[in-house]
Amino acid sequence: MTVLLSIRNLKVAYRRDGVAVQALKGVSLDVEAGERLAIIGESGSGKSTLALAAAGLLARGAEIGGRVDWFLPASAGAKAEDRQPSVLATSHPLLGREIGFVFQDPSSSLDPVMPIGKQIAEVTRTHLGLGWKDACAKAKTLLERVRLPDPSSALHAYPHQLSGGQKQRVAIAAAIAAGPTLLIADEATSALDTIVQAEIVALIRRLVSEDGMTLIFISHDIALAAALADRIAVLRHGELIELGGTDQILNAPRHAYTRALLDAHLGLDANPLLDRQGVSA
Amino acid sequence: MSLLAVSNLTKRYHRGGKPFAAVDEVSFEVGPGETLALAGPSGSGKSTIARLVLRLIEPDAGRIGFEGADFLALSGAALRARRARLQMVFQDPLAAFNPRATVARVLDDPLRIHNIASRAERPRRIAALLERVGLDAGLAARAIHEISGGQRQRVAIARAIATRPSLIVLDEAVSALDVSVRGQILELLLDLQRRERIAYLFISHDLGVIRAVAHRVVILDAGRIAESGDARAVIANPQSPVGKALVEAAPRLTRNRP
Repeated sequence: MTVLLSIRNLKVAYRRDGVAVQALKGVSLDVEAGERLAIIGESGSGKSTLALAAAGLLARGAEIGGRVDWFLPASAGAKAEDRQPSVLATSHPLLGREIGFVFQDPSSSLDPVMPIGKQIAEVTRTHLGLGWKDACAKAKTLLERVRLPDPSSALHAYPHQLSGGQKQRVAIAAAIAAGPTLLIADEATSALDTIVQAEIVALIRRLVSEDGMTLIFISHDIALAAALADRIAVLRHGELIELGGTDQILNAPRHAYTRALLDAHLGLDANPLLDRQGVSA
Repeated sequence: MSLLAVSNLTKRYHRGGKPFAAVDEVSFEVGPGETLALAGPSGSGKSTIARLVLRLIEPDAGRIGFEGADFLALSGAALRARRARLQMVFQDPLAAFNPRATVARVLDDPLRIHNIASRAERPRRIAALLERVGLDAGLAARAIHEISGGQRQRVAIARAIATRPSLIVLDEAVSALDVSVRGQILELLLDLQRRERIAYLFISHDLGVIRAVAHRVVILDAGRIAESGDARAVIANPQSPVGKALVEAAPRLTRNRP
């Protein structure tokens, strides 16, 4: 496998009320080109910080140590072995072009006073240099690809006219508009109900496969992660606890914390807590 | 004898100038010490029903019987007195509390408002409530914004049980919690139910959680009841399209168990 992204001894600290809070305490992992990697953990595990660091989106005040190196395929015309490493601390030209980012709350990623077609068209104008006409045509194609009903009129809709699931579809359309190498979904389905969540997961799976994108899927839900990922990384308190193939993580977890996460999952086949307590109506 | 009897409850709103029923002729009952879950996708009317039952909003039609009284007919002192028996816990306890208040203040309010304990007696009651929900009494002096999300939800439960309710409405009360904390909170709720025979109206979009704690389930779709029955039986063999969709969409962990 070819490494797309190499993270080495990544440390990130935020200052809160003058006190440094260590969000990541030296995490090292490689993201392989074309893989679907899930990063799971509970609140405060550092999973979102890791995603933001990979995308170069950390807040300015964050104290950063370690390295994040990209090995992007050569752009058209260049030699195949011509790779472009870029270091975390330098300015990141990648976001939007090489990295698509989908956040938890689509309402806060979309401009409330701009038609959604224009918001998607802006991405291809900026990163692909398309004119407005071509960019709008491309936006319509993208809305079709994310299965938004009636894409022609949806181009002119405003975010508030859409449901939460539809807004997330628009945010995904914008994220993949420039044909990124890597798609990062940070709790992209957590604010949605179960049915819409399953639809968005299916959509992400299809788009990643159709476009040959690499996926980093951040989630607190180990079952959801397992349904989508080839490999799962488990974070806790800013440290990488365990990293392995999905099958190994589910069936032969090495770390007690991973086992605890698996056991805490309340599936439709789990032994109801009611029975364990012997409560009856 | 049912504790809560809801019949033909209807609440209409206007959306885009057109009236629509957020809750449409919904009827169900909850018995003493029983957990009835309301499940359904976003917009199915779950939270509107919760707010109607709590009388945070008034219905357009229907009846709510609670502890044998016509709950919708109550007002003034009679309503306040009855409200002590009907409590609530929401998804985000930070939004439900004054963030600058201390834990003690949050628990002092219901004891004072409902005349449950004298001023001198209240600190002891507060310590007992904290202990009852598995928290250290020393937490009383801390500010709400200083404690963890799981601790905050325990304080919300402590506040709810302070007035000795017969029914607690839990609206997505464990949805925002980490899975490890979620299990503990569910155990706490079951323990309280067993010891004090509290009934729960348990609202959740998560069938896995519902199956773990609820006796019966009502599945809602677009403000109407799609199906209802024994929680495990309905989830094992859903009959309505929305019931089937919810079961189908629930994330599954497929492990090769030894």
